[in-house]
Amino acid sequence: MAEPASLKVSVWRGDAFRRYEVPAGTNQTVLDVVTHIQREIDPSLAYRFACRVGMCGSCAMTVNGRARWTCRTHVKRVVGEDGALELRPLANLPVIRDLAADLTPFFDKWQRARGTFQPRDAADGVVPEGALVNVVPEGALVNFVPEGTLGNVVPEGALINDVPEGALVNDVPEDFAVVPPASKARREADAGIECIGCAVCYASCDVVAWNADYLGPAAMNRAWTLVNDVRDGARAERLDAVAGDAGCHSCHSTQSCTERCPKNLDPSSAIAGLKRTLFWDALLGRR
Amino acid sequence: MSGARGQTHLWVVQRVTAMLLGIAVVVHLVTIVTAVRGGLSAREILDRTQGNEAWLAFYVVFALAAGLHGAIGLRNIAAETIGLRGRGADLAWLAAGLVTAGFGIRAALGLYA
Amino acid sequence: MDLRPRSHPTYLAFVVHRVSGLLLALFLPLHFWALGSAISGEARLDGFLRWADNPLVKAAETVLVVLLAAHLAGGLRVMALEFLGWRRRQKDMVAASAGVALLVGLLFLLNVV
Repeated sequence: MAEPASLKVSVWRGDAFRRYEVPAGTNQTVLDVVTHIQREIDPSLAYRFACRVGMCGSCAMTVNGRARWTCRTHVKRVVGEDGALELRPLANLPVIRDLAADLTPFFDKWQRARGTFQPRDAADGVVPEGALVNVVPEGALVNFVPEGTLGNVVPEGALINDVPEGALVNDVPEDFAVVPPASKARREADAGIECIGCAVCYASCDVVAWNADYLGPAAMNRAWTLVNDVRDGARAERLDAVAGDAGCHSCHSTQSCTERCPKNLDPSSAIAGLKRTLFWDALLGRR
Repeated sequence: MSGARGQTHLWVVQRVTAMLLGIAVVVHLVTIVTAVRGGLSAREILDRTQGNEAWLAFYVVFALAAGLHGAIGLRNIAAETIGLRGRGADLAWLAAGLVTAGFGIRAALGLYA
Repeated sequence: MDLRPRSHPTYLAFVVHRVSGLLLALFLPLHFWALGSAISGEARLDGFLRWADNPLVKAAETVLVVLLAAHLAGGLRVMALEFLGWRRRQKDMVAASAGVALLVGLLFLLNVV
């Protein structure tokens, strides 16, 4: 990788690019570069960041044409041999000023996709009534049960097969939700829950650009995690919310979201999961 | 058909026809590649298809699936590139798909008769 | 259009799928209509096939066969993702579907000339 002595940074200032010369450093992130410009060269530059360690999802920008989280993007990984760096705000979103995009439509769509957990009624218990314990894949280890909850009931390290076949979940204390981590649904949910809401996927998605109503990858990735959450009680409403042209059925699997996600999540597959679920629901006349 | 429900159903039709076409196009391609060997002749084609109910049924299903699949695909392209959306447009595309399929079925009947 | 955010295999696969789909959908009514008209008699069909013997038509046919095979292979990849959840090795699958399309085109060319 090339490491020039100074970086030639072009920053979009709303109407045109402005050029800044920034000294190159070791282990320099793109966010470091932006901060240098604002603190040392041009205090009028507007941008946004908070945690600087890839947790909050505030600092995403378009770096050399691609949406990225700038706090965890090392300059040497994206800079050209000539030291050129081009910074723009995230695409597909209104711009507040300079490099700060307005994420309001992005989070509004999370709401529209019913991206909030809605517990089942406590009275009915958190587990579907009558669910059998043998939905747990055979051979799975029991010692994933949080210590102190059920631990004493089952010897640690015991195999699930030791549980009498056909035993009802109601045997478990009523307020305890049995969510076997190795179950298919839980693994689907787990695959998508690390989203930090940075909107990199949203800014990378062409369907968002083509259809202003389109919910986008992050909102539907979130919806898919909840569809797979056995404790959630709003499955039907959520599937309604993500159906149709504004939802999963406009996704063309370009997989730009998956390609760009800084957390290596796979929203494209999550959307495919929603399509699959809705397909069988529609075919079997459930909607 | 502009509601999410209708759009979902259009997508389902698109994928069901895609599954049918997944099989039909393989058959079609194999037929093409083997049939063109040594040149095509009307006699050769008609010998294969005339009075053959299996080929007739195949081509009728094939034409119907292809007509609908293509029309729904064009609908999506039109919506995303020129913003042509709505119930009226959807019904028009569906009609276009059925008319196209009709031409295909006419051709299939011609090969059978 | 900025190509930098779009230069990855699955995006390219989408473009190929969309362009091939568009061209095939526009060709389909033409194909059905021409076939339906030519089939009115063995002599007319032979006339049509003789017209189709010229190299320009053969070249166009080859392009169509490649488009059809590409749309088929790409569509099977998308449906594997959608219905079977095959999320791994998408890039290899894109490469494989491109290979299938070119192979079918080559097979057609070998048999037609």
